Order: sequence, then C-alpha cells, then structure tokens
Amino acid sequence: MTVNLSLLETLDFDDDGFLADANAWNKEIGAAIASVLEIDLTEDHWKVIDFARKEYTENDDAPTLRRITRTLNITTKDLYAMFPGGAAKIAAKVAGLPKPTGCI
Amino acid sequence: MSDVLSKIKGQSSSSSGEKPRKLAIIASKGSLDMAYPPLILANAARMSGIECDIFFTFWGLDLVSKKKIGKVNISTVGNPAFSMAPYAPWFKIPTWLGIIPGMSKVATWMMGREIAKLDFPPIPEFMELVADAGVKLYGCLMSMDMMGLEEEDLIDGATALGAMEFMELTEGAQVLFV
Repeated sequence: MTVNLSLLETLDFDDDGFLADANAWNKEIGAAIASVLEIDLTEDHWKVIDFARKEYTENDDAPTLRRITRTLNITTKDLYAMFPGGAAKIAAKVAGLPKPTGCI
Repeated sequence: MSDVLSKIKGQSSSSSGEKPRKLAIIASKGSLDMAYPPLILANAARMSGIECDIFFTFWGLDLVSKKKIGKVNISTVGNPAFSMAPYAPWFKIPTWLGIIPGMSKVATWMMGREIAKLDFPPIPEFMELVADAGVKLYGCLMSMDMMGLEEEDLIDGATALGAMEFMELTEGAQVLFV
C-alpha cells in the first residue's frame, strides 16, 4: 500500500495522537499512521487491526489484548513485538480507535 | 516534522528529551486480593509502553514460587472491609465467622469466579502474561533464603535478586509498594 502522509494533515487527532473520529479511518490512513510510528505492516498486523475495528464497531469498545491474542491465536510476545511502545496504545492508534481505557 | 505527525508519534514538545517512564513494583503480599493489584498495574504499564519490574518479597514470594503460585488464597480474617460483595454487600463477615474451616477456600472460589467474569486470568496465567508482555520478575534473595527457596524453585522467567541490585536496576523509576 502506498503511504500518503499528507493525508494525516487533513484529519483531527487528540492530544495523545489518537484519531479523533474513529469513523474517519480507512486502511490508507491506518498505513500512514503506522509509517509515522515506524511500523512495517504485515498480514498479521492487518488481522489485529481488522479485528479491533470489527469489535469496536460491534461493542463500541476496543478488544482487550487478551481477547486479541486468544481469538487470533497470536502470542502476547508477538503482539508486543508487532506494536512496539505499548501494544494496546499503539494498536489502537494504528486502527484509528480512541485511547484504550480498560484495565487488561 | 509537522505538529500532527509528532502528536501521533507521542512526542509533545514538553516530553522530548526526557527519559522513558519506568515503574518498579514491590509485591509483599501473598493473598489473592493482594496479588492482583501489582499484576494489573504492571500489565497496564506494559500496555501503555512503560517499562516495569516487579520485586517479590516476603509473602509476595509465593506468587513466583512454582509450588505456591497455584494456591493463592484470600484471608477471611483481619479485614474489616470483608463482605459478601457483590452478592450481599451489606453482610460484613465478622472475624469469628472467618475462622470456620473452609471459609478461605469458599471466599477464594467466589472471588476467582468474579474475576474470571471480568476476563482477568487466574494468577499463574496472569504472571505468564505479564512476563510475556516484558515485565521483569524478581524474587527477593533474602526472602528466598529465609523460606529455603533456590532460583530453580521460582517460576520460569523469574530470577533471584538482592535488594541493592534492585535499587540499581530501578534507578529513576517510580516505585510502588504493594
């Protein structure tokens, strides 16, 4: 996917760098956010992002990391390696979801 | 870099150049209710990208002991807040009732069930989860000597450490005593 960073300039982000309107997200925006965070998106990343988006749309809440690892059969170690700098926070950023507030 | 891009990166102008945040937790209790707070906080730290170490000392050592980690119970005596919440929160369990044999097992079972409902893992799985998330686990050397434990008695991923070494390791960290 070609990355278009100027796309991000037209969008609103909160003070912590999370996309203000989750509905404004699309894959191109996700790829641009990932490139700012220096993450090379693989198929597994997209699995996590798609799952998080789906759960968010259905439950109005991003899934917990434990739910992600159990449902997608990804180990906790791998998930942290995929989204360095705090798996929950960084995955939510790339997926265009609000800052996670859960405890697990 | 534009404002938007630095915001996404999480580099506000005030935080640039500062050392990354670090948390050190001292876990000194070996009961179920006191095992969760250090684990939940350590996990939350890692989820937010904060470095975290846990030092298990005294009764907290049970939480990283291979033999004891699966047998962590609640104490039913000496806790004035102990009640039948969420079933009957108005019923405070008096200490004399708490000494009845089996009370601790029942209370532990009930709390375990409530915790599972919230999708929090049981202690052994939670410990593995935080270790996989990058939390470093240390058994207090002095407590280990006192309780006759060797490093191989600790769960995988946990190592023995002296108090002074822990001080060196946690330089600049925020320290939390549980």
